[in-house]
Parts: sequence; structure tokens; C-alpha cells
Amino acid sequence: MKVSVQGVRGSIPTSGSQTTQFGGNTSCVTLMEDGRMIILDGGSGLQKVTLPDPEVKRVDILLTHFHLDHIQGLGFFSPLFDPDKEIHIWGPSSITHNLHSRLNRFLSPPLFPVLMRDLPCEIVLHDVSNSSFEIGPFTITSQFVIHPGATVGFRIKGKSAVFAYVPDHEPALGPKGLIFDKKWISGFELMEEADLLLHDGQFTTEQYGKKIGWGHSSMEDAIQLAEYVGVKRLLLTHHDPAHSDTKLNEILDALKSKHTGQLDFDLAREGMEIELG
Amino acid sequence: MATYDIEIILNRQLADCLSIPVFITDTAGNLIFYNEPAETILGSRFGDTGEMPVEVWGTIFKPLDEKGKPLPPEGLPLVKTLKDQLPHHKVFWIESLKGKPQKISVTSYPIIGRMGKFLGGVAIFWENKDI
Repeated sequence: MKVSVQGVRGSIPTSGSQTTQFGGNTSCVTLMEDGRMIILDGGSGLQKVTLPDPEVKRVDILLTHFHLDHIQGLGFFSPLFDPDKEIHIWGPSSITHNLHSRLNRFLSPPLFPVLMRDLPCEIVLHDVSNSSFEIGPFTITSQFVIHPGATVGFRIKGKSAVFAYVPDHEPALGPKGLIFDKKWISGFELMEEADLLLHDGQFTTEQYGKKIGWGHSSMEDAIQLAEYVGVKRLLLTHHDPAHSDTKLNEILDALKSKHTGQLDFDLAREGMEIELG
Repeated sequence: MATYDIEIILNRQLADCLSIPVFITDTAGNLIFYNEPAETILGSRFGDTGEMPVEVWGTIFKPLDEKGKPLPPEGLPLVKTLKDQLPHHKVFWIESLKGKPQKISVTSYPIIGRMGKFLGGVAIFWENKDI
């Protein structure tokens, strides 16, 4: 399975000379296996995603949730404007609004000039919750995780590797922080012993103290979590838009120098390509 | 056992922030969490006991009516909530750890998750002020 990181920034795209190393596009990752691609999240990183085979009819996009930084690239993804394409969009269920009505809020004026119903491609919507489903060679588990609004994380099993994707997650929410008991950890089953976990690490511990309840993790919490769930490798993502490359490098150096465990961790960078399995 | 749904996890985190006793059960009535104020009622620490089967923790309380007669379990708020998935409230007496009857108000509510699924129940014990 090949993991390609297309967007790593949280909240808002952050372009400029200060973010060229890690990247300024918001959440998007592609996975490839046996020539089949799935796309995770439709942040601004989606704009530059190209299909491995232009002739392929079906494209699958899995959305963790509907915050703008995870969907703002959808309207700029060229296959949506191709009448020969069948775009399958998977997103978290809500008992009050279906997937169509929530997507339509964004893909319609005044936020977007083209109505969803006027897009030339065929759109097929799939509600997910605590679900399991298959797309080509991928077996996917979705589960609700702690983040404001309906939000899921994904566990994707390919032929010989497991990738876990939980880019927006605050598992330490509460007076005691992380509870180190697998029954009480949001998303535990998604992440358990994954070969690679891409997880929210927006804040430093100091910043997190001022932003409890915003739905994101400190990098230190994410590292502790990854160690507890036994992943082989952790990539921290959803970088704070206020963190320049210089700042992120400083933070990473400090984390590495303080860390005494065996976990292989790093900050996700736009353009990273990782072969798993 | 599988990880609890986040609605249960968030109820625990909320209970951990409160100064009133809170008990959280699964749909079968097994006690899966109680907070520190609740520990003084149960006479045990969650850290020591962990989860408790319904048949164990259900016998710790001795609910009484105003005349000191035992109340049947089916009349208690949490038992009713687990049965009908609705909130309930009742004022009654329990025998305290020191053997004295103590008047309490109990509110229970069902945890109905994001997908409309019944996940468990919560009982809050209020200090009685003749609510």
C-alpha cells in the first residue's frame, strides 16, 4: 500500500515561504494498492490529486467530517466535472441531516458557484458510522471519534499493511487527559497496532492547555496514544496554521530530544510517499 | 471487550468533572464507571473495584420508602431508565454506610448515541433538598 500525503495543515490553507517544507494545504491523503486509489478527506490538498489511470471510472473519497478544511478541495477536484466519472463520497452519518444535505450546503451558492446537482459526474453518497466496508483491495473500518460534530476515523487494511487515519481527534478531552485503558480510548480499535498512524497533533502541550475542547490533540498526547495503541509508526498532522516550518522543526527537535520510547514518529509533510507492507 | 462508544467515554469524562455522585452503566445495568463523589456512597474506589456486575453493585444499595420499608428495584429511576430508555427521577432513602437512612434524589437518563442507539444509563445522586 502506498500512502501519499497531499495536505497536512489544520484549519485553513497556509501558503507562503514560511510553510514550504511541511506544506500549507489542508487534509488530504491518497492510498494506492493494486492500481486502485482511495482518497481520504477533501481538504485543499485534493486539488492536485490526479488519478493513476485517467480512464478509471470510479473514484472514492472518504471524508472524516465536514469541517471546511476537510472538504474545501472537493469543488476543485477535476473528476467532479467529468461526465464519465462516478464519484463515491463516504462521510459520517447524522440522524438530523443526511450526507446529501450537508454536502449540498457547501457545494451550492453562495459558498460555491456550482450546485451539486449540476455537477456532470455521477455522485454516489455513502453514510458511514461505526461501520465496515470494502473498496477494491481495501477493507475499511470507520468509527466515531471525539471531535466536535459527527467525525469518524478510518482504519484501512490493504493486502499486507494497516493504515490508520485520525486527523482530527481529541482523545485526551477530560480532567484526567488520556485514560490508559483500551476500553476508554476513543478510536482505540481504529489505531491498534497499525503499521502507520496519521494522527492529529495540532498543538504543543502549552497551546493545548488553552484550547481544550477545540477537538485537537497535543503532539505529546498523540505520541503517548500511539505508543499505548502499539502502532509501528506515527505521523503527526493537522499542523497549526500559525506554525511555520521553523517552528515545526523546533517543536520536532524538542519532542525527539525528550522522547525516551521506541516509537518511530515524525511530522507529516506534504508530498511524503510511504510504502507499507 | 471492545472500546466503549464515545458517548459513553464523554459521559465518563463529564462525570469526572462533577462534584455530585454519578454512576454510569451499560445497557444491562453493569456499573462501568462511578466518579469520586460516588465512591463515598459505594464505600469503594473505582480504581480498586473497576467495573461491577449488576448483581454485585445492585445489592450495595438498600433503597427504602419514607416508612423505612424496602423499595422494589423496578421502582428505582435507573432500573426504569434501563427498561424504557427514558429519564426518571425519584426521592427515596438509602441506608448509608453508617447504617443511617439518608434521603436522596436520583435522576437517571439514557445515553442515546449519535445513531439513535441506546448505549447505557446514567444515575445522578443529588443531595436531597426536597426537589
